[in-house]
Amino acid sequence: MTPALRVVAPGLLTTVQDLGRPHALASGVSPGGAMDRFAHSAANLLVGNERGAATLECTLRGPRLVAERPCLIAVTGADLEPRVNEAAAPLWTGFELEAGDELSFGARRSGTRAYIAVAGGILAERWLGSMSTNLLVARGGMHGRPLREGDMISADEPHERPPAGQTVPEQLRPGYADHTLHAIAGPQADRLVKESRDSLFNTSFQVSPDSNRMGYRLVGATLEAPGEEVLSFGLVAGAVQLPSGGRPILLMADHQTAGGYPVAAVVVSASMPVAAQLAPGDELRFVETSIERALQMREAQRAALDALVT
Amino acid sequence: MPPPRSRVRVRVYPLGDTALFAELGTRLDTALNTRAIALAAALQKRRDVRRAVAGHGAVTVQFDPDQISHDALASAIRRLATKRPPVEEPGRLHRIPVVYDGPDLEAVARERGLAPQQVVEIHGRPIYRVFLVGFVPGWAYMGPLADELVLPRRAIPRTRVPAGSVAIAGQETGIYPFASPGGWHLIGRTSVRLFLPDSDPPSLFRTGDRVKFFAASE
Repeated sequence: MTPALRVVAPGLLTTVQDLGRPHALASGVSPGGAMDRFAHSAANLLVGNERGAATLECTLRGPRLVAERPCLIAVTGADLEPRVNEAAAPLWTGFELEAGDELSFGARRSGTRAYIAVAGGILAERWLGSMSTNLLVARGGMHGRPLREGDMISADEPHERPPAGQTVPEQLRPGYADHTLHAIAGPQADRLVKESRDSLFNTSFQVSPDSNRMGYRLVGATLEAPGEEVLSFGLVAGAVQLPSGGRPILLMADHQTAGGYPVAAVVVSASMPVAAQLAPGDELRFVETSIERALQMREAQRAALDALVT
Repeated sequence: MPPPRSRVRVRVYPLGDTALFAELGTRLDTALNTRAIALAAALQKRRDVRRAVAGHGAVTVQFDPDQISHDALASAIRRLATKRPPVEEPGRLHRIPVVYDGPDLEAVARERGLAPQQVVEIHGRPIYRVFLVGFVPGWAYMGPLADELVLPRRAIPRTRVPAGSVAIAGQETGIYPFASPGGWHLIGRTSVRLFLPDSDPPSLFRTGDRVKFFAASE
């Protein structure tokens, strides 16, 4: 089948991502996958794919892509000002590209990561059960690297092709402007001295320039969590680690699989899409929540996605 | 008569809304690690558990909150943890050749009042256990290290440690699978590849394996 899209310009960091390879944790391989799973899944559902099909994750400055054949696509997540042949293209909505149409992006208006799904699902190298790009070991996706000019993006034959124009209603789109991350106290939260616990949940932190898909280093209050060394244990995305300097690190999709720093808090699954949309320089705030409330938020997000399944 | 139940105190903490952290102990201990591995294996068989990963003395359990609540899974973990672990099959034994010419060998020897050659002999004497594979692909935390070699990590980590570096810190030893930053003391190097991207699993070492180092020339 003819490739779907040709890369004219790759953008800042555009990678193939799906839902990752969680079973590879036991070998020390990060689970990886789309940073914003809500936007990724929504993009797929809008074009009739399974939620876990591969998409393109575009970071801050989107790519320029030319359709090699007609295809149904959707762009979700960050508003990086998508355009088709210089006319504004819709977000969170399926639309058709004709052969020769150019999809491009302009300025960052909100969020950090936009997802492009193509009907049928993007086809790329599968490694350990996933097409996600692992940049550390250069495996999966497009030869384990970000897209480059001249790359051809293939997509599978769609099973069913919903009509163009399916959309995520405005009220069900995530509010990326509110940088509040709901979090549950972590296993070593008790080590935090009182002032540090207050600072963790009541002050803002800034995402440092030294942040990426592995994790965000946070600049703000220094958090003290004295105590004996913690034996390394299995980590999860969303964990807020406290290295000895007291500058917290929020672990993201490509996180290290194990570590021995205290985990002061864990961002709940429903807040991870918002976390995924932060860029260096953005401010964020952790708010302590309960498991019950976290599960309600998770359920609401799932209901929003379920409503897209026709 | 039922088999005697061993006394194990397990503490279970939430790790966000879709995971639990079950801590069996906080000491570096082979028996504790055996229990953690057995608990992870038992949990991995459950339908409501997505992923159970044994740490040194703990298990990180990712689960499906649609199928079971935090509290119910925590109770199940406490029940499973009191069960005597099955007799463990000895882990696979790996023999790893090491050229002991690391940049920190002299400093380690000096710190511990030993000759460099003694450091080499002491490091090569035990059969180490792989407590945990993780951190980066193929990295294994191994130990326990002989008391004579125990040192805290370097005060200032190196920005670049070459791939294959054999290192020690605290009660453990490890091998850097990639060139990366690192704070452990480098005592040697090996040409054995630990990360095998074309194999599944892609790590030479697995949790519970045994590792013996021996001195080799180039």
